[in-house]
Amino acid sequence: MEWEAVIGLEIHVQLATQSKIFSGASIAFGSEPNTQACAVDLGLPGILPVLNETAVEMAVKFGLAVDAEIGMKSVFERKNYFYPDLPKGYQTTQNDLPIIGPGLVEIQLENGTSKHIRIHHAHLEEDAGKSLHEAFFDENGRGMTGVDLNRAGTPLLEIVSQPEMNSAKEAVAYIKAVHSIVTYLGISDGNMAEGSMRCDANVSMHYKGTPLGTRCEIKNINSFKFIEKAINHEIERQIELLEDGGRVIQETRLYDPDKNETRSMRSKEEANDYRYFPCPDLLPVVLDEAYIEHIRSEMPELPKQKKQRFIDELGLSAYDASVLSSTRAMADYFEQVFQTCGDAKSAANWVMGELSAQMNKDNVEVENCPVSAVQLGQLVKRIIDSTINAKAAKQVFVALWEKEGNSVDEIIADKGLKQVTDTGAIAAVVDEVLAKNPQQVEQYLAAPADKRGKMIGFFVGQIMKASKGTANPQMVNQLLSEKLG
Amino acid sequence: MALDQTDVEKVAHLARLQIEEQDIPEYTRNLTSILDLVSQMQAVDTDDIDPLAHPLDATQRLRHDEVTETNQREHFQKNAPAIEAGLFLVPKVIE
Amino acid sequence: MHNKTIAELAKGLADGDFSSVELTRHFLQRINTLDSQYNSFITVTGEQALAQAEAADALRAAGNAGKLAGIPIAHKDIFCTEGVLTTCASKMLSNFVAPYDATVVSRFKQAGLVTLGKTNMDEFAMGSSNENSFYGAVKNPWALGAVPGGSSGGSAAAVAARLVPAATGTDTGGSIRQPAAFCGITGLKPTYGRVSRWGMIAYASSLDQGGPMARTAEDCALLLNEMAGFDPKDSTSLKKAVPDYTADLNQPLAGLRIGLPKEYFGEGLSSEMGDTIMTAVKEFEKLGATIHEISLPNTMLAIPAYYVIAPAEASSNLSRYDGVRFGHRCENPVNLEDLYKRSRGEGFGKEVQRRILVGTYALSEGYYDAYYRKAQRIRRLIQQDFLNAFNEVDLIMGPTTPSEAFDLGSNTDDPVQMYMEDIYTLAVNLAGLPGISVPAGLVNGRPVGLQILAGHFQESQLLNAAHQFQNATNWHQLAPTANQ
Repeated sequence: MEWEAVIGLEIHVQLATQSKIFSGASIAFGSEPNTQACAVDLGLPGILPVLNETAVEMAVKFGLAVDAEIGMKSVFERKNYFYPDLPKGYQTTQNDLPIIGPGLVEIQLENGTSKHIRIHHAHLEEDAGKSLHEAFFDENGRGMTGVDLNRAGTPLLEIVSQPEMNSAKEAVAYIKAVHSIVTYLGISDGNMAEGSMRCDANVSMHYKGTPLGTRCEIKNINSFKFIEKAINHEIERQIELLEDGGRVIQETRLYDPDKNETRSMRSKEEANDYRYFPCPDLLPVVLDEAYIEHIRSEMPELPKQKKQRFIDELGLSAYDASVLSSTRAMADYFEQVFQTCGDAKSAANWVMGELSAQMNKDNVEVENCPVSAVQLGQLVKRIIDSTINAKAAKQVFVALWEKEGNSVDEIIADKGLKQVTDTGAIAAVVDEVLAKNPQQVEQYLAAPADKRGKMIGFFVGQIMKASKGTANPQMVNQLLSEKLG
Repeated sequence: MALDQTDVEKVAHLARLQIEEQDIPEYTRNLTSILDLVSQMQAVDTDDIDPLAHPLDATQRLRHDEVTETNQREHFQKNAPAIEAGLFLVPKVIE
Repeated sequence: MHNKTIAELAKGLADGDFSSVELTRHFLQRINTLDSQYNSFITVTGEQALAQAEAADALRAAGNAGKLAGIPIAHKDIFCTEGVLTTCASKMLSNFVAPYDATVVSRFKQAGLVTLGKTNMDEFAMGSSNENSFYGAVKNPWALGAVPGGSSGGSAAAVAARLVPAATGTDTGGSIRQPAAFCGITGLKPTYGRVSRWGMIAYASSLDQGGPMARTAEDCALLLNEMAGFDPKDSTSLKKAVPDYTADLNQPLAGLRIGLPKEYFGEGLSSEMGDTIMTAVKEFEKLGATIHEISLPNTMLAIPAYYVIAPAEASSNLSRYDGVRFGHRCENPVNLEDLYKRSRGEGFGKEVQRRILVGTYALSEGYYDAYYRKAQRIRRLIQQDFLNAFNEVDLIMGPTTPSEAFDLGSNTDDPVQMYMEDIYTLAVNLAGLPGISVPAGLVNGRPVGLQILAGHFQESQLLNAAHQFQNATNWHQLAPTANQ
C-alpha cells in the first residue's frame, strides 16, 4: 500500500485597492503604526462600514479568470471571536453566500503535464491588524504586546481550493498558478514577503483508494519555498505518526521556518464557536448580468491566452512561450523588448538567456531588474541592424547592468564597440595580421583542405582582437578566405 | 428549556464576561425564563418563510475606491487606556 | 419661554423677541436648578451651548440664519459628539470623549441648533424604564416615584419638565415612543433607513433608528426635516428624497382609513387605558376618518423574535468594548483573557450582560437555526402582517403601552415581565415601519400615549394625523404640575 497526501489550500490575497474594504483609509504597506487606522478600522463606537466597489470588481475578475460561478447575491457575515488584532471583536467576511462560487485552476507539473484543481469558492473579507511582540512592559514589569491596526480592514480575497493536490510540489504549482492569475489581473501585487499573499494548508494522509485521513491545518506559510518545506515536513510527521500506530489529531499547527517544523497552536485550539450571522450593517451585494459583462470586457489577457498568442503570432516554441508568460512581469518585460527590437525570437533569446542568467546570479526579480526592457530592446535592435556584433553586445549588456550608462548607443560609442563594416578598414587589419604571422600562414597553406577550417579560427581571433572586437565576423571570414586563397 | 450553571459559564466565556460566582444562579434563572419566552416561536411553522435580515428590501451600495481618511492617531488614541510608540498595549499574546 | 414649542420659539427668534443666548441661558438655568430631581442629563455643555448660541445670533443678525438656528436641544447620550463625553450611560464608556460627531449631531450643528447637553438613558439603550443607567435612574416629572420609560428616558423627562424644548432619541423596540407616552410628549420613530445611524452607538443594528422627541407633532416635523436624509457613511441609509415634513400637516383627514388591530386591545390592556385610547380614536372619526377593525395575527410573536434578534446583534456589536482602544479597562490584567473578562464584567451593567449572554447563546453552534434563523422567519411574518394591513387602511392606531408609567423598582426583578411592556412597540421595529406616540390623556394622573403607525416612508401622513389630533385636543399641552 502506498501513502497518498491530500492537500487543500486557503490562499488569502490582499487586493490592490487604494482604500480599505469598508473605510476610506489607505492600505499602503509599511507606515508608522496606527497612522492608517481610521475610526472605522479602530471599531470606534458608532462607526459603520460601506463596501469598496473596486474590491467587488477585483473579486469578480478573479472569478471570471477561473471560470467560476459568480455569486449574483452575496452576503457579508460576522465571524465573532476576541483577539487584540481584531478591533470589533468580529471579522466581517462571507460564509453562506460568497461572491465567487466553484471554479477551476490549471497547474503545470514538472513532468510537463498539467492538472486541474477545483476552487471550492472565494470570498471577500477584511484583514486583521498585527500584534508586535516587542519588549513592552506594564508598570508591574509584565510583558506586553503592541497592536498596530494599519492592516485592519485591508481587503482580502480568500481562495479556497478543493483538497485535490497530492504533493508539496503540486501545492506550490497551484499557488504559483494563483499568483500568476492575480498578478496578471492586477488585483494584487502578489508580494509574499509583505504578506500580500498568505497561505494555510490542510494536509492529511491516507492509503490510495481508502477514505481520507484526519487533517491538520498549517498556518503561517508565506513563501513558495516555505510552503514546500512545511507541507513536506507535515507529510513526514503524519506518516511517522501513523506508521508508529498513532493517530493524527485535527488541529491547527504553526510552521516555524527557522526550525523547519510545525507545532501545535493549542492557544487557538480551544473550542472555537464563531457564531456567524449576517452583518446587519451591510446589505446583500447584488450583481447583474450587465455588470458581469462589463467586467468581462475589461479583463486583461490571462497567462494561458498569452502563451497561446506567443506561439501562434510570434512563432515562439511552446517552452519559450510558457516561460515568458509565467508571470505578468516577465511577459510585460518580454513584450516591451520585442516591441522595441522588432524580432520576437531574438527578444526571447536575450530575455531567457543573458538576462535570466544575470538575474539568477544576482538574485534579482524582473520587477526590479537594473536593465529596462526598452534598453534591452534597443540593444537587441543594434545586433539585428549589425551596429554591434554579439560579443560587443554582451559588453554593452554588462555596462547597462552595472549602470555605467543609460543609452545603448552612447555606451557603444563610448566604448568604441561599433562594428566595422568598411571593407577597406577590415582588409587593412587582415593584411596586418597576416604580415605579423608568416609562420601560421605557411602552415595554413601547407595544410590539407579539411584541416584549414579549424586553423582559420586563429586568424579570425587575432583580427577580432586587433579590431577590439568591432570587426564584422562575416566580412573577416570572407576577406581571409579571399586573401589566403 | 432549562439552562444549567455550566451552560451559563460556557456562554459567559464565549462572550468574555467575568460573572461573579454568586450571580450565576440569578443569570441562570433569568436566561432560562428568557429562553422560555423565546421558545414560543417554536409553535409556529415557518419552513416556507424566508428569513428577513433587514426591514427594507434594499441592496448594498458601493463606495468609490479612494483614500478619504488622514492620519488622526493622536486624536483617536486620546481614549486609549495603554499606548506606547503609537501601539495599543495588551497583555502578552502567546501563540 | 420654556412653555413654547419649537415652532413658537423659532418665530420668536425670527421676530427678535429674544435672542438664542437668552433662550440658551434660560434653559441652562432650568437644568441647573431643576434637574437634580429628575437626573435627566448626564452631561451639560453650558459653555459650548452659549458659544453656539452666540454664533446663531450672529448668523441671524447677518441675515443668514436657518429656520431652527439658535433653538436649544439635547442629544441622547448614545450619539457621538466630538470633544464631549459620550457614555451610552455605561461605566464602559464613562471616560469616552467621542472623537467625531454623529451625522445627526452634525446635521443639527449645520442647521445652527444649540446643544445643551447629553441626556440619560438605559445603558446601551437596553431597557424600558431608564433604571439601567450607570448614572442612576431618571424620574418621571409627572410622578417622581414613577419611571419615565426607556431607553430614551432622559430625553423624554427633560422635554416633559421643560428643561429643553426637544431632544433626540433612538428607538430599537419602542425606546422613543414608550418614554414619550410615559412623559406626555410626542415622539417619532422614523422608517428604518430614514435617519443616519453613523455615530449612533449601536444596540441592534437592524432595528435601531434615531428620531425626534418634542412636545408636538409639528415640532417633530421641523426636527425630522433636519435629521432625515441619505448618508453615504451608512450602508443602510436610503437614497430617497426627503419631503418637507411640515408641508402636509394641515391636510384634512376626511376619508382617512384607520385600522385598530384587535390584538392591541385584548388581554393585558387595562380598561382605563382602553377607554382613553378609544376616546382618542373617536377624535379622528370626528375629523372625518373611518375606523376599521383589523388583525395583526402574529403580534404575540414579536416579543420572542425581538428578544432573539436584538440580543444577538447586541452581543456582536458590544464585542468591541474590550479595554484595548477605548473605554473601561480593568486594573492590572494578568493576561489577555483577564483583560477581556474583567474589563467587560466590570464595565457592563446587569441587563447589558444578560442580553449579551442571551445573544451569544442564540448564535452559538447548534442553536442558530432554532433561535436566530427562526426569529428572522417570524420577523418576515410580522412584517407581512403589517403590509397586508396597509393594503386595507392608511394608518394603524392603538395604545403605545399596556398601562401608564409604572413605579420605579417595580419590574426590576423579572426581566421577562419588563420585556412585556414593549408588546405594542417591538413589532414596528422588526418591520422597519415609522410610528409616533402622541399624548392621549391621563390614567391615574399619569400620561398615556396613542401610537399611530404608517407604511414605510409615510412619516408625512403620520405627522399630519398627529398634528390634526393635537389641533383638536390639548393633551400635549398639559405639563407636569410641579413645573408650571
